[in-house]
Amino acid sequence: MSEVKFRGAHDLPPCSISVTHELTKTGNWRNAKPVFHKERCIQCGICWKVCPNACIKLGEYPEWDMDYCKGCAVCAEECPKDAIEMEDERVMI
Amino acid sequence: MSKSEKKMMRATIPEEEYMFPGTVDCQGCGAAYAMRLALKALGPQTMVVIPACCWSIIAGPFPTSALKMPIYHTAFETAAAVASGLKAGLNIRERDATVLAWAGDGGTFDIGVQALSAAAERDEDIIYVCYDNEAYMNTGIQRSSATPWGAWTTTTPRKHPKDRPKKNMMEIMAAHKIPYVASATVGHPEDFVRKLKKAKEIRGTRFFHVLATCPTGWRSPPELMLELPRLAVETRVFPLYEIENGVYSINRKPKQNIPVAEYLKVQGRFRHLTDQQIQYIQDHVDETWELLLKKEKLGRLF
Amino acid sequence: MSTVKVITGNHAASFGARDSRAEVIAAYPITPQTQIVELLSEFCADGTLKAKFIKVESEHSAMAACIGASAAGARAYTATSAHGLALMHEMLHWAANGRHPVVMANVNRAMGPPWSIWTDQNDSLAQRDTGWLQFYCESNQEVYDTTMIAFKVCEQVLLPGMLVLDAFILSHTYEPVEMPDQELIDEFLPPFDPPYKMDLKDPHAFGALTTPEWYMELRYLIQEAHEKALVKVREVEKEFGETFGRHYGPLELYRCDDAEEVILIAGSTASTTKDAVDIMRKEGRKIGLARIKLFRPFPNKEIRDIASRVNKMIVIDRNISFGNQGIFFNEIKASLYQTKHTPPVYGFVAGLGGRDMKIDDITGIVKQAETCNIEEILWWGVKL
Repeated sequence: MSEVKFRGAHDLPPCSISVTHELTKTGNWRNAKPVFHKERCIQCGICWKVCPNACIKLGEYPEWDMDYCKGCAVCAEECPKDAIEMEDERVMI
Repeated sequence: MSKSEKKMMRATIPEEEYMFPGTVDCQGCGAAYAMRLALKALGPQTMVVIPACCWSIIAGPFPTSALKMPIYHTAFETAAAVASGLKAGLNIRERDATVLAWAGDGGTFDIGVQALSAAAERDEDIIYVCYDNEAYMNTGIQRSSATPWGAWTTTTPRKHPKDRPKKNMMEIMAAHKIPYVASATVGHPEDFVRKLKKAKEIRGTRFFHVLATCPTGWRSPPELMLELPRLAVETRVFPLYEIENGVYSINRKPKQNIPVAEYLKVQGRFRHLTDQQIQYIQDHVDETWELLLKKEKLGRLF
Repeated sequence: MSTVKVITGNHAASFGARDSRAEVIAAYPITPQTQIVELLSEFCADGTLKAKFIKVESEHSAMAACIGASAAGARAYTATSAHGLALMHEMLHWAANGRHPVVMANVNRAMGPPWSIWTDQNDSLAQRDTGWLQFYCESNQEVYDTTMIAFKVCEQVLLPGMLVLDAFILSHTYEPVEMPDQELIDEFLPPFDPPYKMDLKDPHAFGALTTPEWYMELRYLIQEAHEKALVKVREVEKEFGETFGRHYGPLELYRCDDAEEVILIAGSTASTTKDAVDIMRKEGRKIGLARIKLFRPFPNKEIRDIASRVNKMIVIDRNISFGNQGIFFNEIKASLYQTKHTPPVYGFVAGLGGRDMKIDDITGIVKQAETCNIEEILWWGVKL
């Protein structure tokens, strides 16, 4: 997860001072992943806007950062054109 | 067609991100989303003070931090006091920053209300945002004074759900005669961003009461993160309004009379309610709404 | 040119904060501390002191605001007493663990109930394990001087410091206090410049959740800072003495050179004890006084040193750790255990809740220590 490493006490800052950094790769929390249907997309940007974790890149079309996407499905729910569908990723044992 | 001519996705809120992904919040967390929006609105010249709340965890464990702004993590009841001190320390050194105190409903309505009231009375030059998920969610869904009447929490079990109404924090803060008090929700991102941008230009204590969906605690599907607060506004459970220098203005007056049941039924925390209890909530919501309409008509109230 | 003013201990604290150029003051009134903040309010209002005074609604918020100011990189100061200090407790930990060199004056006052406004040391000693440096002052001059000494030491080791003065006996009693030239003070105490602060250009999160992987190391660093603070106190006091002509030290010795017995005490009662020592000396008793000025970090070396030179130690505690003994008594014994020289140590609990401590009380205690049972807790003057 973190690239900020310490060797020992004397390597630490005097108090708990954190460095601005990406956190845990939350992608493995996911039960379902967003599947994008480009043909239905009207580029309204709502999916980008509503992602609680800023996992969608704003561009010509949305791009999901699957390392971090938790699969909350807010983007799919809010898409006015049903261009995003959630696909179950759970592995049944 | 060259790249520059390609049609791009629309952005109705500021594009710049100040929050890294990978924050450790639950799926569909309104609190995480609220911060993403707030930082976009306030911009990079912001320092954040966070007392004990979900955000103590969401921001990430030492030695990393998910925000591109400085954060001071502090004790539960101290957000407004630490923010006051921080602002004073910056001022005396002739440094400037928007100081944002960012607390949950427990840290605002309950344990932090004393320090917040005092900071507002002193009209400290801070923006205080209460992201309200209507219970102590970080400790596992215990009732707070922001929990609505009738809701289940782990300390208000279904056999004896909360039997007191939600504390009216907006009115409490307005009573301090601070320049700006606003309610907002994560279901109305443009509205929240607009209000924060407005607040940023005002000096003195600015208070935000933001309804922030908590799928875990509300027992609601995570994808309804925006839909639930929108329903709260449409059913008038949570009116969107501003109190600017004593003048009330309601930002959204729903044209349809959607019953509160529509809002309650999608949340597991209300599923035990009887029709009679739902009617009780409806009556209370109607009364509060009528009162708010009257206040708006009165013009300047302080 | 230095100036001499005849002022109370409380005002000595205010002048100390003024001359240390405190930048943010956040305080809440409590008897008997009020005059400290009243005078500081005046200084801030008339521009004598360029500081922002935050008139908070509680001591808890006072400390919280000081922490915020310190995080911004400003020099922060507050003052309180007894119940106010107790209310601050959580934030005392926060200040120390967050490594904020806030300086505070605490007017030693007894804890209620029953209500008492008079002096004893249980309020400050109850904060023993919060990580704060603690300086016990004997005179108004020392209150003034220790304010800048505390700022200097604390800012070097990034720990907060509390200077302690007795309610009424110092806080409301007038004594002449010499105040040096501001220029000299500024040279002694340069502006606060912490290695880390809330900075837009270098953003960090302070105090984020820390797992067992690193929490312990962060605590280890605080202990190390305390050990460094002990060295710094000696150095800074020496420098202060050379610059301003007054020297106190972590353990001030009075007539101890040839002493066979030594009384150990903290606070203003040390002055009374000095007179008692003089009287007993006249009677031929080889007795001295070791005044505990620094309680945290504890001056173990100095304590062991004096213990090695005497046959008997008498500790007078204006405090009690219920269920055990006087707090200084315990600390001193712990300091001597497993060292070569362990003279018998007698502990007396006396003067709680402001009960007057006169010369006769000190000489009486010394006399009782000749015959009493060392195993017992010795309550001096309690009406049974």
